Amino acid sequence: MSEVKYSKEHEWIKLEGDVATIGITKHATEMLGDIVFAELPEKGSSVEKDGTAGVVESTKAASDVYTPVSGEIVDINQAIVDDPSKINEDPENSAWFFKLKIKDPSEMDTLMNKDDYDKFAKETSA
Amino acid sequence: METKKTSLYQLHKDCNAKFVEFAGYQMPIQYSEGIVEEHKFTRNHSGIFDVSHMGQLFIYGGEELIEDLEKVFPLDLKNLKLNHSKYSFLMDKDAGIQDDLIITKIKEGFLIILNAACKNNDFKILKEFLSEKYKMVLDEDRSLIAIQGPKSSQILNEVVDGVKDLNFMSGNWFSFENQKLYITRSGYTGEDGFEISILNSFADKFTRELIKKGSKLVGLGARDTLRLEAGLCLYGHDLDKDKTPVEANLKWAISKERISKGDFIGSDIIIKQLNDGVSKIRVGIKPEGRIIAREKTKIFNQLDVHIGEITSGTFGPSVNGPVAMGYVENEFSKKNTKVFLEVRGKKHAASICSLPFYKKSYVKGASQ
Repeated sequence: MSEVKYSKEHEWIKLEGDVATIGITKHATEMLGDIVFAELPEKGSSVEKDGTAGVVESTKAASDVYTPVSGEIVDINQAIVDDPSKINEDPENSAWFFKLKIKDPSEMDTLMNKDDYDKFAKETSA
Repeated sequence: METKKTSLYQLHKDCNAKFVEFAGYQMPIQYSEGIVEEHKFTRNHSGIFDVSHMGQLFIYGGEELIEDLEKVFPLDLKNLKLNHSKYSFLMDKDAGIQDDLIITKIKEGFLIILNAACKNNDFKILKEFLSEKYKMVLDEDRSLIAIQGPKSSQILNEVVDGVKDLNFMSGNWFSFENQKLYITRSGYTGEDGFEISILNSFADKFTRELIKKGSKLVGLGARDTLRLEAGLCLYGHDLDKDKTPVEANLKWAISKERISKGDFIGSDIIIKQLNDGVSKIRVGIKPEGRIIAREKTKIFNQLDVHIGEITSGTFGPSVNGPVAMGYVENEFSKKNTKVFLEVRGKKHAASICSLPFYKKSYVKGASQ
């Protein structure tokens, strides 16, 4: 089991071998409210660390989804596009956004662990 | 300027409201269940909305006031029966909409419900126009509470006996704890419902009674998705000074009798537009797929020519898909016309559609 890491943009990332699974945190879904639309990157496309890699929209507004690491998209979760409410229900597990083949594993080192993220989320939402 | 709080502020807090500043007021955008649940609860059951930020303008007067107000509003006020309401607008001389409103004939004169962001300016305009002939009160001592949805009639009637006998777009005085309430059967969600004008000091207790009977507080977020599904305009978005009632496709609200006389503010332009047509008009827009086109989204025709803009767009929980309205050049306003919406740099197919997106269930006849 590899450790789950977190970004300041409220994404979580789990690296297994050289494939990382990325989604948005529960805290992010709570800030967004009911998610009603999700757009994901195309399979085979390359994304750069901290670049846009999708969009989620709540009833209130649209927000970009960023990728915390660079790589090539190898899979996307069509289920959340078909039913975006799944993101509110299970954001840190079955409602992952995309998987990518990581380009530079050292990029993982810049991310937060769970304790640091929880602290960060609490501070920034106050 | 400090933001104002309504009399229900503590109740909102008790119900875990998330607040947002709106027109100078701290207003609840949603509660713990979220916009989609609140929206659906209103459609299926009954939702309570704090709309105390809206203006309640009482103008006192008789026959002469009716004549004077007919010079302001494009309404046949002489034939407006006691306790009956009409939707209307305050226009400038070019027929630009300064506000949209509901005006009700009461025994002592008129009660006009105004948008929060416009109410002080409306008051100034009206006071000037009526040359201070009449007593006018923009009542800050009363709260305004709406209860909307199919179970609302039954729930409200348990708290205020007799309200279920009101007809749509009519009102009357009722009592709660020996306090006079003015209640109209109206609202802005596309559902059957009521708006209750009540003294601030009783608003909290009254609303808690409604909650006890099974209704729930609903925030401004769901109010927006509900009104948009119902095809109703939001001032400052779908309506503003650069748009006329004819362009806004609201000519049904203009009295034919008054057009024939043509003696109200903006009537020259209204008559000209009714005769010659308009170059842009408000339409319903249904995006294909799930893409949400929000306010200011550009609309293109099939030849990629820019033909208009979205003025309101969101996800409609009851429609279970995106909904929008906006203004397009008149020749592209026909139902089923294919258009394209530019969202995040990409063009997405949509079509012009009739409003509402969600069919209304107003009570028109006897009580239910």
